[in-house]
Amino acid sequence: MSLASYLKSKLIPADINEHINRIRKPIGSLGYDPWGYNNEVMKYGFSLTRQIYEKYFRVEAHGVENVPAEGPVLIIANHSGQLPIDGLLVGYALASREQEPRIPRAMIERFFPTVPWLGNLLNEFGAVLGDPVNCAKMLANNEAVIVFPEGVRGSGKLYRDRYQLKRFGNGFMHLAMKYKAPIVPVGVVGCEETIPAIANIKPLAKALGIPYAPVAMPVVLPAKVHLNFGPPMYFDDLEIPEELVTERVEQVKAEISRLIDKGLSERKKLF
Amino acid sequence: MTKQRRPHILVTGAAGALAQRVINQLRDHCDLVAVDFREQVYLGDDIPSYCIDFTKRVFEDLFRRYEFDGVIHLGRIQSSQLTRMRRYNANVLGTQKLLDLSHKYGIKRVVVLSTYHVYGAVAYNPALIDESAPLKAAGLSADLVDSVELENLANIYLWRYPELNITILRPCNIVGPGVRNTMSSLLSSENAPVLAGFSPMMQFIHIDDMADAIVRAYKKPVRGVFNVAPEDWVAYQHALKLCGCRRIPIPSIPPVVPNLILKTLKLKSFPSYLTAFFKYPVVIDGRAFAREFDFKPKRPLKEIFRFYRENKRPV
Repeated sequence: MSLASYLKSKLIPADINEHINRIRKPIGSLGYDPWGYNNEVMKYGFSLTRQIYEKYFRVEAHGVENVPAEGPVLIIANHSGQLPIDGLLVGYALASREQEPRIPRAMIERFFPTVPWLGNLLNEFGAVLGDPVNCAKMLANNEAVIVFPEGVRGSGKLYRDRYQLKRFGNGFMHLAMKYKAPIVPVGVVGCEETIPAIANIKPLAKALGIPYAPVAMPVVLPAKVHLNFGPPMYFDDLEIPEELVTERVEQVKAEISRLIDKGLSERKKLF
Repeated sequence: MTKQRRPHILVTGAAGALAQRVINQLRDHCDLVAVDFREQVYLGDDIPSYCIDFTKRVFEDLFRRYEFDGVIHLGRIQSSQLTRMRRYNANVLGTQKLLDLSHKYGIKRVVVLSTYHVYGAVAYNPALIDESAPLKAAGLSADLVDSVELENLANIYLWRYPELNITILRPCNIVGPGVRNTMSSLLSSENAPVLAGFSPMMQFIHIDDMADAIVRAYKKPVRGVFNVAPEDWVAYQHALKLCGCRRIPIPSIPPVVPNLILKTLKLKSFPSYLTAFFKYPVVIDGRAFAREFDFKPKRPLKEIFRFYRENKRPV
């Protein structure tokens, strides 16, 4: 047995191997899809995330069955915590569900592809550059796509602004309408406390070419995370003016806000 | 009763492996004339072959003498060859002359080979780029300007002279036996440079499949621009591994560092102006071509890479 296959057998339990193979992602002959997702790397990612999800953040997910078993779907959540841990946990919750699991794709900041190693690694785990064309092509491919419409406004916010939803972009609603994709809202509670930031050093962020430079402890705190998936929301594809699209976005935002409040009321303690 | 006339076709870029594959597929049913900018090649007694500069007046004599019905323009000087100025003359002015003559002599079918490089490699590229995406390459490097200009020119002629029936093909990396482009020389080398921490998704098409695609395109006069790529993808560094190449990492950040190193080293197979293509993916969507021309590549990636693994000496 080669070292690589020995390590693989140790790191990837047989049940995970079978679980990922069962999902049957549309991939090419070498295990890749056009966005760089890789089935074999995914197994390592899944195995590692299981530890993070179950042991470190002790995630409690409710309503994950609300995500339809097939067809295009947009999973819309609030964004927080400096690092895209929320995307990882929402993705794992769906990929690990007992009944009809799906490996969703997370739309990530435009800054990640420029980061060596990390950019490719995120792609291999299924994360995709947050470009409307990518999202459209993936919905056309019947993928489940995780979108954080707040973008860096949400992930980069400071601890004092926790659980206050920032402005939502309208892009996701246009795509949901065009591709007749239901929207599953998700309220994420707990990620705000993983990396509490007290300030953002904007000149440093600008100099480094990164979206924000938080002043925070260099550790990820083991806050307990609650994920609440709401029932799917359906919108027709009628040609409507932008202000009506914004109204629809506000409906999704209000539902996420309700799910966050639900998570906050369920939470007994921070850690 | 008169015998039906065999189609007369002018094939440019005859010294290249791709043109020779196309010629071999067509020679039984067509009367071919081969030309090349670089050298004269012997292609058998039945195929007249010329080394000719398209911008020179004698080029027109070929049109007068052979009464072509169609042109397959594969003679694009690649970005790694010649100086920028000579390349511009050959690719842009040469192509303009070719298209002008095609119009003047009533050519009914023109196939032009372009490249996926015209899309340009930028961090914000979505995957599965389709033919209507903007061509960003010219803004990235002056060395890719001629590729974009060649396309623009062909596009202008496509709309101005619809009777020419111009089809522009933008293939992904063409690889396989005899191919001498940068990607093929990287895959066939023992040691291949990589940008540390970057392994963009890439697409490869076997030279025989590409020749097939060109012949199919020629036979069905549908105008337009088409990407040509199989529905299979692989990360660059994984491809090198499967080809048995040792990967030599080049520091990748900040971006000026790899540019400086590559400009100093002047590696032919890893030129500095193509750095971005080894950093960011340019994944094209070849489905429109596959649908329109009923095209399905036959050689899988594994077969392509096995060839390079077993032929480590320059091919």
